[in-house]
Amino acid sequence: MHPAFSVIFFTVSSGAGYGLLGLMAAYGLGDGLPLDPWFGWIGFILAFGLISFGLLSSLGHLGHPERFLRAFSQWRTSWLSREAVLSMATYAPAGLFSLYWLFVALPARNAGLWPVLPELLAGLAVIGCAATVVCTAMIYGSLKPIAQWRSRWVVPNYLAHSLFTGALLLHALAMTFAPGTEATAAVIGAGLVLSLIAKLGYWRSIDRLVGPSTPGSATGLGQFGDVRLLESPNTSENYLQKEMGFRIARKHARKLRVLALLFAYVLPFLLLLVSLVNMLGFWGVAAAVLAALSGLLGMLIERWLFFAQAKHTVMLYYGAPAA
Amino acid sequence: MTSLPTPTAKKLGLVIDLDTCVGCHACAINCKQWNSGGVAAPMTDIEPYGADPSGVWFNRIHAFEVGEGDTGRTVHFPRSCLHCETPACVTVCPTGASYKRAEDGIVLVDESKCIGCKLCSWACPYGAREYDITEGVMKKCTLCVDRIYNENLPEAERVPACVSTCPASARHFGDLGDPGSKVSQLVADRGGYALMPEQGYAPVNRYLPPRQKSSCDSAAKAAPVALAPTAPDSAGKFLQWIDRLLA
Repeated sequence: MHPAFSVIFFTVSSGAGYGLLGLMAAYGLGDGLPLDPWFGWIGFILAFGLISFGLLSSLGHLGHPERFLRAFSQWRTSWLSREAVLSMATYAPAGLFSLYWLFVALPARNAGLWPVLPELLAGLAVIGCAATVVCTAMIYGSLKPIAQWRSRWVVPNYLAHSLFTGALLLHALAMTFAPGTEATAAVIGAGLVLSLIAKLGYWRSIDRLVGPSTPGSATGLGQFGDVRLLESPNTSENYLQKEMGFRIARKHARKLRVLALLFAYVLPFLLLLVSLVNMLGFWGVAAAVLAALSGLLGMLIERWLFFAQAKHTVMLYYGAPAA
Repeated sequence: MTSLPTPTAKKLGLVIDLDTCVGCHACAINCKQWNSGGVAAPMTDIEPYGADPSGVWFNRIHAFEVGEGDTGRTVHFPRSCLHCETPACVTVCPTGASYKRAEDGIVLVDESKCIGCKLCSWACPYGAREYDITEGVMKKCTLCVDRIYNENLPEAERVPACVSTCPASARHFGDLGDPGSKVSQLVADRGGYALMPEQGYAPVNRYLPPRQKSSCDSAAKAAPVALAPTAPDSAGKFLQWIDRLLA
């Protein structure tokens, strides 16, 4: 599949944003959110910014972005529509919770100034963030013609990557503005391990994957023998070939996987160790920020591969021996 | 509405005979011609006379080689929308632009609602949908919905453009939901099949397989058939002699 940059930026950026927002809400729920104005303001602005930038970037690949309101109508059947509805719905509790935090809790230096309501909003925000990420994953996971995306690893991947990148951002913010928030180390560790397991599991599953269809079943001519393309219908590439026929050489894919692992997991892991050793020093802060940037870069490479390594069944009609 | 309608008896579709298709592309050309002025117009072309021409086509004709040696053959393979009974291209649409008609099963795009997200084209394993980059909307075969019910046309022309133009009569149009219809009979007689049933889309269109070809070997080995003399006695000795000579 053609890796469209608008979609890659959208999924990585909004994934990290939902991870950060969901974690801030979850920490708020557990009274673990540092009562620091800088942390609060920058954290919520960054989370909402990444989500909104991602959503706007996804409009960039539409033919008629001005009609986007229509995309909220078909939530009964369409995961894309569900994602649109849930992403907007999540703004409400998450936005109200952040307002409570920034304008009530922080000035009073008291997280539990109001009973019940903030917890309720934070709880809804956590659910909304997770549900939106699941919808993003299911847009891909529901497409039968792309065997690599039908993998049951796709939803765990999107959730774990969102948690991991969100945790990296949260850790960088906590290190910078509220040092001593140990809980992030546990969350970030869990995020890293889950994300790495999901990624390796996904790659392993798609490497062995053989789609259900063949040139023989695509044409129905398999009963007469081996089917191969003699003549393409068109002399230069058409929309289908440009959109679905993107291919990446196996050796490049291997190289990019190594880069993705390096930037998404190895470097962040080492940098996190530095940041935990030097909790209160400059190098600890710098390492935490670099870990987050490296993790996001790794995720961009990973997401690019997610598209580039996905093969569409329609290419069986254009000479692909398997889909 | 992208929820699928409750299935109705009528399933309009095409039956394509791979035995007689000669791969002349006339169906694709007539499709392009009709639809350039039809409901889905324009059928945009980009650089049609340039080095790298591209454009929107609802019907594309592939050619495949099948089998090896004596039994190997070339099969011309027209590919267009199969108007599936459970089309994921419809259910994935976030806007309701894609829909399946309850009354005859035709799958259509309401271009005025399409946001051009292309997800429907990703959801189709058959490559039936092509994005129009200049219009910013998705386009697809309409089964010539603006011909088949068009009372301004003579009745004989109320068939899809591709069917009306095929010089080999390899394309047939009709109601595949009615077991008594001509197309259903044709499918039953010739062992017509659906493409990629394993994808679970339940296509309506059917393809008729190429007929078994007699092998060169068996034709060569068969002994020449001797004719029996047929001239009656009344023909005379001379004609009977010639008859025996030629038999």
